Amino acid sequence: MAQGSYYVPHTAKWPIVGSIGLFTLMVGAANWLNTNPSGPWVFAIGAAIVILMVFGWFADVIRESEGGLYSHAVDASFRQGMVWFIFSEVMFFAAFFGALFYARVLSVPWIGGEGTGAMTNLLLYPSYEATWPTHGPAELGGDFKTIPGFGLPLINTLILLTSGVTITMAHWALKKAQRTALIMWMLSTVVLGTVFLFIQSYEYVHAYRDLGLTLGSGIYGSTFFMLTGFHGMHVLIGSIILLIITFRCMAGHFTKKNHFGFEAAAWYWHFVDVVWLGLFIFVYVV
Amino acid sequence: MTDATLAHHDSHDHHPKGLARWLFTTNHKEIGTLYLVFSLIMFFVGGAMALVIRAELFAPGLQLVHPEFFNQMTTMHALVMIFGAVMPAFVGLANWMVPLMIGAPDMALPRMNNWSFWIMPFAFTLLLSTLFMPSGGPASGWTLYPPLSLQGGNSLAFVILAIHLMGISSIMGAINIIATILNMRAPGMTLLRMPMFVWTWLITAFLLIAVMPVLAGAVTMLLTDRFFGTSFFNAAGGGDPVLYQHIFWFFGHPEVYIMILPAFGIVSEIIPTFSRKKLFGYTSMVYATASIAFLSFIVWAHHMFTVGMPLGAALFFMYATMVIAVPTGVKIFNWVSTMWRGSMTFETPMLFALGFVVLFTIGGLSGVMLAIVPADFQYHDTYFVVAHFHYVLVTGAVFAIMASVYYWLPKWTGHMYNETLGKVHFWWSAFWVNVLFFPQHYLGLAGMPRRIPDYAIQFTEFNVISSIGGFAFGIGQLLFVYIVWQCARGGQKATDGVWEGARGLEWTVPSPAPLHTFDTPPDIDHPDLVAHTGGTQ
Repeated sequence: MAQGSYYVPHTAKWPIVGSIGLFTLMVGAANWLNTNPSGPWVFAIGAAIVILMVFGWFADVIRESEGGLYSHAVDASFRQGMVWFIFSEVMFFAAFFGALFYARVLSVPWIGGEGTGAMTNLLLYPSYEATWPTHGPAELGGDFKTIPGFGLPLINTLILLTSGVTITMAHWALKKAQRTALIMWMLSTVVLGTVFLFIQSYEYVHAYRDLGLTLGSGIYGSTFFMLTGFHGMHVLIGSIILLIITFRCMAGHFTKKNHFGFEAAAWYWHFVDVVWLGLFIFVYVV
Repeated sequence: MTDATLAHHDSHDHHPKGLARWLFTTNHKEIGTLYLVFSLIMFFVGGAMALVIRAELFAPGLQLVHPEFFNQMTTMHALVMIFGAVMPAFVGLANWMVPLMIGAPDMALPRMNNWSFWIMPFAFTLLLSTLFMPSGGPASGWTLYPPLSLQGGNSLAFVILAIHLMGISSIMGAINIIATILNMRAPGMTLLRMPMFVWTWLITAFLLIAVMPVLAGAVTMLLTDRFFGTSFFNAAGGGDPVLYQHIFWFFGHPEVYIMILPAFGIVSEIIPTFSRKKLFGYTSMVYATASIAFLSFIVWAHHMFTVGMPLGAALFFMYATMVIAVPTGVKIFNWVSTMWRGSMTFETPMLFALGFVVLFTIGGLSGVMLAIVPADFQYHDTYFVVAHFHYVLVTGAVFAIMASVYYWLPKWTGHMYNETLGKVHFWWSAFWVNVLFFPQHYLGLAGMPRRIPDYAIQFTEFNVISSIGGFAFGIGQLLFVYIVWQCARGGQKATDGVWEGARGLEWTVPSPAPLHTFDTPPDIDHPDLVAHTGGTQ
């Protein structure tokens, strides 16, 4: 509960910069998608403004935090904010997992003639037999092979799980005020994240070049690349966050008791980790 | 960290003036005002689009606009009214009132609060700009069902990215409201002592965070299906267009409650004040709100009975939908019981609240009719549906917003509004809104489809009546703007309590509420304060 004085900044200049940046980014993206040649440039300018905003905004917050302006109540608000932000991310992934389950359990069998889909199958796709993986009755994207779960994806699973351990070690080191150990554990977490990303990119190249598996490979390709792609993007963002937290650790930020910036990054990393476990099970293995 | 800290907003004289004041503000009251003004502007933009629709439908045959433009109007009217008018109005009210009602100095995350608002004008610039493009705006209906939405012009990418911006804004706004309610309450303001408006917003914010990302996922799949060759909604690739409808309505149904729960909260504040009694059944109100929110997650497919689904699913969604009538009924009976033997007066906020109770109930009951699967096969996509959700949204959500503006305007401006004009505004609106929407029930039952610019000749009379009602209702809203403007400019000085029967922390601060309130949390159990707040709920 809020007690005593609660820090409320006088004015905030970064949000309007962020709004202009997002607007530019979106205008650029929409033009780009509609094959307007100026699109990519406008998009790049928008992205640059957004990145500038993120750095500027966080710099302000870090300055205020290190300046001791934040009370326990402010800290609690940040925690609430981060928890609910992660919940919103969970729901975003839920939409794509929902699409995967719906296709596998309901719509693909229906196209194959099961249940209420008998007429659909008979009239539209009489020769189609429901299987998974599938690229649909029209065999969109041509023949493809899938990536077996118990190869590189398993290694990637172990890498992410290990990174969950290393970041916990970093947290313990921080709580014991062992700065060198903290930085070492943080760096190993960042390295593990980066290795994960390299393996994932290798796998994508392999899928496109050798397996014929692309974003256009029907519903399998769609769900596979959108789920793993959005997850990969989150790993990338998470790794950047962890790297910056590492720099802050090197700069002597955070104390044994007060290190919410660190914890928020760790929460985010664990969330990314858990999403991957869902992916590994439902996209690669089952 | 120490509890360091100066009063950080002590130097009021440094407060920026002019445009900078509004662009850079972190103050919940100023941001609340921005939201409310933005919402009012969008209310008239969306209203103008509605009048284009009603003008075209004044007579059978094609009269004024091309069918394509008509479709753009129905699509944009919905998007503007839902995301631009109703939702921002409620967020604005939350910004203004939640900190005042729980004794907080400001919102929990003031900088992000600024961002939540300032994304909105940009998002709507992006959305509305499509109307001026050669291929026109989106014309597939606000639900953007594939495959139709994927076959439109250049607007799709703009619309989807605008929806992403609105989603970002809504999610940040909702996070801020939850964090404020859970973290910023004055000591002693336990959860079950919070005003109902705060409770309904707490639950609404949860719904927003849960479903706005799902909408983002749905429209992202549309985007990749159109531009990146995915097959989420393409049966030839093993996908299913109906999948979109499931994901969309998993967002869409909770969205309906996002637009009505805060209205329930407002009415639960106003009726006790003008009945001079405590709210009847406060705890049951809280549980009813939570029940409605829970049920909203498991009823989505009642929007798509005619698309085809297994019988068991249809039955489940039908019964689950009907169950919502129970907690909603609890609320309506509680409002009626609050008035029972109260010493009631009928100032404008109370009139709008009573209008809400009566007319929203009509919308609720037509909703139960629509929930019946075999009947829905007849009603689906007819004007009966249009009549239903306009009773819920116009005489429901919009009337509640009007009620809340009249109720809290004296607190915001320090002046009383013109009561006579307020009453004229209410009776004018309440009469014409029924002329506008009630005939649409008959049109729908007789089989007139929605979203079509032309109709069979036998539908003419009711359409004429409806259009006359539409224009009269729309023009009447200019009176609302005048009343608000006049009240902001001056008028009889408002007391701190404003209303004789008003109870709650917001009535303990001066009128107009100073820029900063509750810099130190109030002692809500202090005898002086209890006299004003009525103690616990």
